[in-house]
Amino acid sequence: MAQIFPRWTNTLPTIFAGGVSTLALGVIGFFWYYGSPKFTDVGYRPDQPVQYSHKLHAGDMGMDCRYCHSQVEKSSVANVPATQTCMNCHKIVAAKSEKLLAVRESYETGKPIEWVRVHKVPDFAYFNHSAHVNVGVGCSSCHGNIAQMEVVAQAQPLSMGWCLDCHRNPDMALRPKDKVTAMDWTPGQDLPGEGTPEQKQLRFAAAVKLEKHINPPVNCSGCHR
Amino acid sequence: MKTSATPGGTAATLADKNGNARTWHEPEIITGNQTFASITEKIASINEGKTPTGWYIAFGVAAFFAVALFAQIGWLFWKGIGIWGLNQTIFWAWDITNFVFWVGIGHAGTLISAVLFLFRQKWRTSINRFAEAMTIFAVICALLFPTIHVGRIWVIYWILPFPNSMEMWPNFRSPLLWDVFAVTTYFTVSLMFWFVGLVPDLATLRDRAVPGSLRQKVLALFSLGWRGGNKQWKHYEKAYLLLAGISTPLVLSVHTIVSMDFATSIIPGWHTTIFPPYFVAGAIFSGFAMVMTLGLVARKVYGLENFLTMNHLENMNKIILVTGTMVGYAYGCEFFIAWYSGNEYERFAFINRAFGPYWWAYWSMISCNVISPQLFWSKRIRTSIPAMFVISIFVNIGMWFERFVITVTSLSRDYLPSAWKYFSPSIFDIGMFIGSFGLFFTLFLLFIRHLPMIAISEVKGVLPQADPHWYHQDDHGANGHSVNGGNGHGTHKNGNGQKEEELAVKNGNGNGH
Repeated sequence: MAQIFPRWTNTLPTIFAGGVSTLALGVIGFFWYYGSPKFTDVGYRPDQPVQYSHKLHAGDMGMDCRYCHSQVEKSSVANVPATQTCMNCHKIVAAKSEKLLAVRESYETGKPIEWVRVHKVPDFAYFNHSAHVNVGVGCSSCHGNIAQMEVVAQAQPLSMGWCLDCHRNPDMALRPKDKVTAMDWTPGQDLPGEGTPEQKQLRFAAAVKLEKHINPPVNCSGCHR
Repeated sequence: MKTSATPGGTAATLADKNGNARTWHEPEIITGNQTFASITEKIASINEGKTPTGWYIAFGVAAFFAVALFAQIGWLFWKGIGIWGLNQTIFWAWDITNFVFWVGIGHAGTLISAVLFLFRQKWRTSINRFAEAMTIFAVICALLFPTIHVGRIWVIYWILPFPNSMEMWPNFRSPLLWDVFAVTTYFTVSLMFWFVGLVPDLATLRDRAVPGSLRQKVLALFSLGWRGGNKQWKHYEKAYLLLAGISTPLVLSVHTIVSMDFATSIIPGWHTTIFPPYFVAGAIFSGFAMVMTLGLVARKVYGLENFLTMNHLENMNKIILVTGTMVGYAYGCEFFIAWYSGNEYERFAFINRAFGPYWWAYWSMISCNVISPQLFWSKRIRTSIPAMFVISIFVNIGMWFERFVITVTSLSRDYLPSAWKYFSPSIFDIGMFIGSFGLFFTLFLLFIRHLPMIAISEVKGVLPQADPHWYHQDDHGANGHSVNGGNGHGTHKNGNGQKEEELAVKNGNGNGH
């Protein structure tokens, strides 16, 4: 009986096995990299209705974050300031600037400026700014060095895994209360005692966790209430 | 001598090569004086002939309901599982009933193919192929229901444990996750076992196909270059034995895990330690009933009376009787424990089951599952084809009701009387249940049409002439080796019609076991 398949078909199983495994690895690799919030979300920098520079205000002039985001220690939401907050200064400073046209218009008409939200957490994830800020998690831990950004961009993935990384081990993110808004803070900086910054940080974290009863939830209903 | 344990065989005294007398228990597993060639011809021709009109009609009906099932699933994904009759109290109803029903049916196939193989029950060879196919198609229908009942189908992959940016793992302590593993493992192993069993038969079909045809090429692809040489058989039988060994624990484990979906919860009527053995017995019970239903129809339509003999049917009826009695015992035991435990919730759950609003479901279950198989104590009923057909259908119905009773009656009245509800199925509950039968029969009809529904090589292996010493009975007269004066030949019923030249067929695909 004649052979049903020609000789070259002997190579097909090898090619098939190689092809399938390459394809599988490729698909996994593609989603691993391009599907991750590290790729899809980090660097999100929408255009804002006003060319407001955090670098100028918070960086060069050294304004405290809480001058504008005034409710961050009391509220679950770090409020975007009302136009009136801008006008506290801008009635006098750069009062005729072209760039501030939209701000003055908003002030006169009472219609808020429609800032575009950068840091979004889904509706089903509960997040409370005051709970974090009051135990000493700094602004820059989640938002990056805002004081160096002309236009605010998302610095961290804000994925569930990223939240959990810190909730499982918050030691390196806890700061003394007066350093919460410091943009260039590094773990262990300016802490008293002996040893490397890391040792000092761990000592400080252990003490502050005890003092403030810090026990970040890692169960589902901690965030999905 | 491997034929001695065969049920239903008659004994004959023959002489072996050295002239010593031996008692020969002759099998009558396959009747009608079959030869290797006649078996191949009979079974392969079912796939090779023209498609019968009846097949087209049956396929059309089945495919219609299967397509309707997928249309309804599309609507379910669009609207959500609220299109079923579910409510706040009864969050599992027909979906889970159907799931357990179909998984259970699959178990007979695995028992026949793996457990009966390990116990050298040769009569299994006539039923194992289509029983295994039934298993695979039933598991497909079963997998469908838990998959679509999750609601948010687009995140169904969350049930699989894989590293992800949520750093979230499924709950490894939940039997619902064990279910995912148990049923997918079951499907994979069953498919593999079925395919390995098919390889020699696919090669037989390949060698009979029109040379150069597409059918031959496809068969050649899936028969993996099978030539039927001794070395191939040696490896093949080892692989088959290993797969039987791997499948055997699955007969017990899969339905054990399914039962834990209920048993590990704290709902009265579910929270019962008897569930694993009770579910396994029920699964084999329902599976054999389905094998019986399908087998009787196939036997009649394709004239397989010589392969699926009364001996096979009676054996299966005995298994149905045994497992049905076990299931009946479990029902009784549940009631006893409900009383003996002194737990008022447990007592209420069982009294409610039998005499509450679902009394009709409970007593349908009892009459179909407990009473009807008891008729098989009578040999006359056990060997009556109309009776066994009707009883097998009753058992199928009863086992569906069993799962309905367990799932719905327990949920409908739990601890909080203000939340008590009554379940009424919606049109989609009914439509999807019928649709699952449509899907099952669509697949089964395709199988019957295109693949050998009886394992050709295995059936050949249980013929008397497959025994290495079989030919001596023809020798003894001429060579004078017999010390028994030739009475061996006379009492050897099946050998009478055999001719020397037929032995020539006994190579290649013929030497099954």
